[in-house]
Amino acid sequence: MTGTSERILTVRNLKTYFPTPEGIVRAVDDVSFHLDRGEVLALVGESGCGKSVTAHAILGLVKAPPAKIEGSIVFCDRELVGLSQAEYRQIRGMRISMVFQEPMSSFDPLYTVGQQLTEVAQAHMPWSAAEAKERIIATLRLVHIPDPEKRYNEYPHEMSGGMLQRIMIAMALITSPDIIIADEPTTALDVTIQAQVLNLMQDLQSGYDGSIIFITHDLGTVAEIADRVHVMYAGKIVEKAQVVEMFDNPLHPYTAGLLASRVKREYKGKELPYIEGYVPRADQFPDGCRFNPRCPRAMAKCKELEPPEFELGRGHTVACWLYEGSEAG
Amino acid sequence: MEGTRKRVVESFFKHKLGMVGLVALAILYFVVLLADFISPYNFAETHRNFVYAPPSKIRWTDPDGRWVGPHIYGMKRSRDPVTFELVYVEDTTTVVPIRFFVRGEKYRFLGLWETDLHLFGVEASTDKAMLLLLGADRFGRDLFSRILVGGRVSMTVGLLGTFLSVFIGAIVGALSGYYGGWVDVLIQRFTELLRSFPRIPLWLALAVIIPPSWPSTWVYFGIVTVLSLIGWMGVARVMRGMTLSLREKEYILAAKVMGVSDWKIITRHLIPNTLSYLIVVSTLSIPGMILGESTISFLGLGIKEPMTSWGLLLSQAQSLSELESHPWLMVPGLFIMVAVLSFNFVGDALRDAVDPYRTVEKV
Repeated sequence: MTGTSERILTVRNLKTYFPTPEGIVRAVDDVSFHLDRGEVLALVGESGCGKSVTAHAILGLVKAPPAKIEGSIVFCDRELVGLSQAEYRQIRGMRISMVFQEPMSSFDPLYTVGQQLTEVAQAHMPWSAAEAKERIIATLRLVHIPDPEKRYNEYPHEMSGGMLQRIMIAMALITSPDIIIADEPTTALDVTIQAQVLNLMQDLQSGYDGSIIFITHDLGTVAEIADRVHVMYAGKIVEKAQVVEMFDNPLHPYTAGLLASRVKREYKGKELPYIEGYVPRADQFPDGCRFNPRCPRAMAKCKELEPPEFELGRGHTVACWLYEGSEAG
Repeated sequence: MEGTRKRVVESFFKHKLGMVGLVALAILYFVVLLADFISPYNFAETHRNFVYAPPSKIRWTDPDGRWVGPHIYGMKRSRDPVTFELVYVEDTTTVVPIRFFVRGEKYRFLGLWETDLHLFGVEASTDKAMLLLLGADRFGRDLFSRILVGGRVSMTVGLLGTFLSVFIGAIVGALSGYYGGWVDVLIQRFTELLRSFPRIPLWLALAVIIPPSWPSTWVYFGIVTVLSLIGWMGVARVMRGMTLSLREKEYILAAKVMGVSDWKIITRHLIPNTLSYLIVVSTLSIPGMILGESTISFLGLGIKEPMTSWGLLLSQAQSLSELESHPWLMVPGLFIMVAVLSFNFVGDALRDAVDPYRTVEKV
């Protein structure tokens, strides 16, 4: 779909390891993906599978050392791995910004939202105070904040979670970044507000030429917003596909399990399907495929060898031995 | 937010001891500010006829029991023929009434203009009669006046010293906690090193550096610097601990992600968010500063004559024989006690109000 458009971010063989007294935690292990301009990419997976660490690694928020980061992150022809904090500050907030999970705790309680938006704007933009205020209020209007002139002077505690999340989005938008990383932006909100925020992000997406990396564990939101989906499990990407393809034809047993675990009307009165077991601790991954202890279709080979990515055509790849030999072309 | 502020204010004003302390401090500061107007004599003026004179007895009636208003008698000095000690005997022939707003010795009001108006006193030659509420020292200077003026040093040295040491401590602690790693190790070990020196010798060593030729205001600021150079370590520790927990807050991460510089994060987000704790720590560390100044001055390395402070006044009461014959020289100690206790009470009240879980230790 977007094969010809500009490639804005390329992550190749990204590894993020944390040494701990119990052993090395391989939070992100050999992850490769790319992002085109104007595209929405969803990273999906259970808690603790490395989604957020991937995002933090892209933004240079993982402290290394002690952590070890290997591989390459190329953003607009610039290698990010190994950049100094001072160089990163030019990129963070300016070219790549982030929307957090908890809007209520993502604002400093001591300052008005206007002051905090101004702080970000003035850290990057050569705007005068009056101009900054004007632009901020315009951005607040863009994210459907009612009466933005008044809200500008209010404190975070005077607002609801949904409103703060929209202000957070405004904060991410103010510098017109190339990429917005949204780390579970709707998880802490209740369902009606979730829909509002998602609709807002979709609207903004269509009127804005930047890209979005959308991190979530909620497949419903993925279906609404994403162009492509990458499913992560235990630090690895196990399946990549276009969003429709993923829902119609999930290949990896983990993806299939996730999709089956969604609450549906036909399950009424019956036990809900779920995936047996837990995500293994990141310092105790099993040999072979990391999903094998929980996999209903595990074979002998799965316990010994890690599956490579099999390319099945139409951008659909899966890391599972079941599809060995069925690669496209 | 509003609710919290209201709760804090209410529980502060409900703290009984805290209120006692607050009122005592308010009175002390007021009196100390207007010290030379309230005191009946110039604190530096010597009176050779009243060397070591005891506190004057204030009388309200004449010897026959008739009401005449507050007055004192003149004093006659003689020597005890056996011990050669000075003995003061009341001279009932000179009756001197105590009045408000009397003209007396000259002074500069708040250092601005010269005047000789005193709040109260007696209009009599200082050769014959003096109103000595708390007696006189070995130069015949009025101890009450000297205590009031000395309070200026003692009551402000704590405030200034604490302000400086909290300022240093907050920044050092925040840097240590925010950056962590080797910065943290370095700062913490250095702090521990400083803390492991015994305090008094360190004070004295630093106080010796202050040149004796300095004018007394410079000496004053020298003492403040010495005190705060040693006092900031406790604040730095508390600050570090709080920074460690605060830096994990999402809004700090958010500020970082949005490209705000480290210095701005520390000064605009970390330190302001610990302000309530810092205020409590400061109040609780003022008494230590007051005692520190007293200690240095008591040992003769602090404030120098003719400037005075409570510690310096107390140093006259060092020997037992001195105390036996002139017990009133101990009174400055009482003022130190009242000031220190009051600050402690107010600090406790503030802590109970701001920090109900008592996470802040006394430093």
